Amino acid sequence: MSPVPHVVSRRGVLAGSGALVMSFALARTAFAQDPQEAQNVGEEARKPLPQPGSLKNEPLLDAWIRIDADGRITVFTGKAELGQGIKTALLQVAAEQLDVPFESLTLVTADTARTANEGYTAGSHSMQDSGTAILHASAQVRALLVAAAAGRLGVAADRLRTGGAAVTAPDGRSLSYGEIVTAEMLHVNAAPQSPLKDPADHTVMGRPVPRVDIPAKVTGGAAYVQDMRPTGLVHGRIVRPPSPGARLRAVDAAAVEQMPGVLKVVRNGSFLGVVAEGEWPCIQAMRRLAVLARWEGHSDLPDAATIDQTILKLPSQDTDILDTGHLGAPEGRRFEATFTKPYQMHASIGPSCAIAQATRDGMTVWTHSQGAYPLRDALAEMLQVPPDKVRCIHVEGSGCYGHNGADDVAADAALLAVAVPDRPVRVQWMREDEHRYEPYGPAMVAKLTAVLDRSGRIVDWTHDVWSNTHLTRPGRAGHLLPALYLQQPFTPPPPKPLPQPEGGGDRNAIPLYRFPRGRVTNHFIPDMPLRVSALRSLGAYHNVFAIETFLDDLAAAAGIDPVEFRLNHMEDPRARDVISKTAEAFGWSSAGTRRPGTGRGFGFARYKNLGAYTAVALDLTVDRDSGAVTVGRVVAAVDSGEAVNPSGIRNQIEGAIVQSTSWTLFEAVRFDRTRITSRSWADYPILRFDAVPASVEVHIIDRPGQPFLGTGESGQGPTAAAIANAVADATGVRLRDLPLDRAKVRTALGRRPASRAG
Amino acid sequence: MITLTINGTRHDVSSDPATPLLYVLRDELGLHGAKYGCGFGQCGACTVMVDGRAVYSCVTPVAALPGREIKTVEGLGTIDSPGPMQRAFMDEQAAQCGYCIPGMMMRAQALLEQNPAAGEQDIRDHLQANLCRCGTHMRILAAVQRAADLMRSAGDGGPSPVTTGAVR
Ligand code: FES
Ligand code: FES
Repeated sequence: MSPVPHVVSRRGVLAGSGALVMSFALARTAFAQDPQEAQNVGEEARKPLPQPGSLKNEPLLDAWIRIDADGRITVFTGKAELGQGIKTALLQVAAEQLDVPFESLTLVTADTARTANEGYTAGSHSMQDSGTAILHASAQVRALLVAAAAGRLGVAADRLRTGGAAVTAPDGRSLSYGEIVTAEMLHVNAAPQSPLKDPADHTVMGRPVPRVDIPAKVTGGAAYVQDMRPTGLVHGRIVRPPSPGARLRAVDAAAVEQMPGVLKVVRNGSFLGVVAEGEWPCIQAMRRLAVLARWEGHSDLPDAATIDQTILKLPSQDTDILDTGHLGAPEGRRFEATFTKPYQMHASIGPSCAIAQATRDGMTVWTHSQGAYPLRDALAEMLQVPPDKVRCIHVEGSGCYGHNGADDVAADAALLAVAVPDRPVRVQWMREDEHRYEPYGPAMVAKLTAVLDRSGRIVDWTHDVWSNTHLTRPGRAGHLLPALYLQQPFTPPPPKPLPQPEGGGDRNAIPLYRFPRGRVTNHFIPDMPLRVSALRSLGAYHNVFAIETFLDDLAAAAGIDPVEFRLNHMEDPRARDVISKTAEAFGWSSAGTRRPGTGRGFGFARYKNLGAYTAVALDLTVDRDSGAVTVGRVVAAVDSGEAVNPSGIRNQIEGAIVQSTSWTLFEAVRFDRTRITSRSWADYPILRFDAVPASVEVHIIDRPGQPFLGTGESGQGPTAAAIANAVADATGVRLRDLPLDRAKVRTALGRRPASRAG
Repeated sequence: MITLTINGTRHDVSSDPATPLLYVLRDELGLHGAKYGCGFGQCGACTVMVDGRAVYSCVTPVAALPGREIKTVEGLGTIDSPGPMQRAFMDEQAAQCGYCIPGMMMRAQALLEQNPAAGEQDIRDHLQANLCRCGTHMRILAAVQRAADLMRSAGDGGPSPVTTGAVR
């Protein structure tokens, strides 16, 4: 039972029920047709109904909330659990606004046969899109139930109370939601007003409710698509070419088909796979098949050592995304710097996996893709069947952090499933498949200039950023890896830049700071030397790294403390709060005397300039001999609007800090002139426990009643900048080429003996 | 036919003796707690305990295991009656995607069974073999320390000893 019954105001009920016939005037936008448009943009206030989230595209209330006559309540979301805790947060929102016990709710996540099409679970959008939709839908459903109960009980709606999934009159008479609901009651479009609860009355939102998915995950329960074992399951593996550009010339399939347990070798052009009864026999067969396969041709890859030069030379489409009267050479001291980032991997711990089953009725795919609907459309195109013949059901996988191999392996499984009708085929990539063939986060270059006036203010600012696309997610068959190798191959659709205000390679390239003049130019590079796509935070990681480390150099040149320097140029009050809170909790001002070889650094960003505000302060030590950087104490503050689950937000920010530490100190995809040579964790090292910070402390600035801003990706850039700034502080050497790995730090220290390094 | 003792129960398994334990657990016995991560002994997602020590089940053929005590995350407790290690991971909400977590728990369990007094640095050193990509490390450290406390207090039958330095 909800401990605090909620009194429904008459105005709320009237607004809710009186406007039932009015649907949102907004046209349905075409989620599925154009993935580029799939992420909602913009920021509006929540009242009056305002930021309807995904209700904009799916206004029917019963698409989100269903109440059965027996009282069972089901919440539907088109988003997917990726380990970010979204299931729990969405259930909290629904339980709060419906006034029902949290545990009584059932949640159905992304499934093309059952849920709304909410595009991708990406861009820290789940709370903004789905959370907002469920918030309003739940509040409106409750109002409808109250209005109906008022009629049945003969009591004015404003005298009724809700709680425990029932509506109760002052005289104690009560009707359960199941008793009130009728078949058509919730089959109405959302109204333009929602009678939301006063945040002061919240009992479920804003609380650290334990995640609903964790108990099964720590006890060996069925939690992942990798663990599903439907009846009749068989296993599939794919033999991928040694170089992305190689084509299969010949293979002795018969030799492999004779191996025990092998059901079939599937070859279609250069797509080569095997299906077997057991997983280990399947792997053995795949290895044998790999030995027997003869490939020809190869990709011509650029030189990894000079990838930044290659990027600058490729043709680009240039767009000024900001131009506020840049004058070129105003008075003052001029500074410039170039920042580079290599290709980096999602590198999920569990390689990508999917199960596909082809029956007479169509294809069903269990997938951990971030976009069930876009994947369905791409698979349908690849299989040349109508989209309604393909059903994609999201099941959790290992954390993905963007567009990893999830969609590709679903296509692998579907192609093998066609060859063994009725049998569910489970394909899990091998570690070397994942490392070599997932779409990477693009290599990038950013060049910044600034002019500092005599008073220590930045008076002119330019930022040029060069990058491939950060979005080759499905929608089309040509986005699926195996489709590129078929006898009748699909070609990748031409890459497009993700438009501002969210941006792709230029995400967060426009500074949030107030500079009188500035120009920011996005140099979008269509040619992709390596296959790339969305990696957590897209270009924001690199742009924030560049802006925030450049700022530190400028602050030093101006002789001003870096935190003070930031505040001097920041007007946004919520940004100022986050910066100040972080500095205060870290004890920034008092951290004046430090030992040799230690340094402290600060970084800040508002993700996408639209999402969560995050600042990070940390200290670290640099070992002069090895070049190893060890992060010590980390303090962060985050404002992601109204905090639905503080524990979940903290978990996300802690994770972002640790993951970004890994990217920043260790990670670069290795390749030679024809092949990817990062094939395992040995040649794509990531952070292990010896590099985990000594402590991470996250402060949440809660904004009750404010729109949800999303959290998942906001920590990546600020962490990278804080680390680089602390390394510069510790050594006196500014490193601008990611990652700041041991070799680079050692070389830099050797080149210029540091003043303060120990 | 090979007989394996897993979580105290004997199982006759028909897989080829060269098959790594990981595939026998997951495929033949329906124990999915141990996960495939790399198959090279690099990530620890597949970690289980054999005679009290943490091993990579992805590179351990079942031929080597008859007569030895194998323990998996399913042997630490159940969803309704979680053991101290599982309880601690729930209490600390120590998972994001959670894929690495069973391996982390089994390696930590092996440590604590050998050294119940293990402190934070011991735990960090010991877990070096296991990777987590979500960056859940701080919570994993907190959970293992909490598990150590739970186990010690259960073992003593007395009050919970002073906790080791909190990580958060
Ligand atoms: S799966 Fe065994 S160590 Fe990675
Ligand atoms: S929690 Fe996802 S890999 Fe560790």
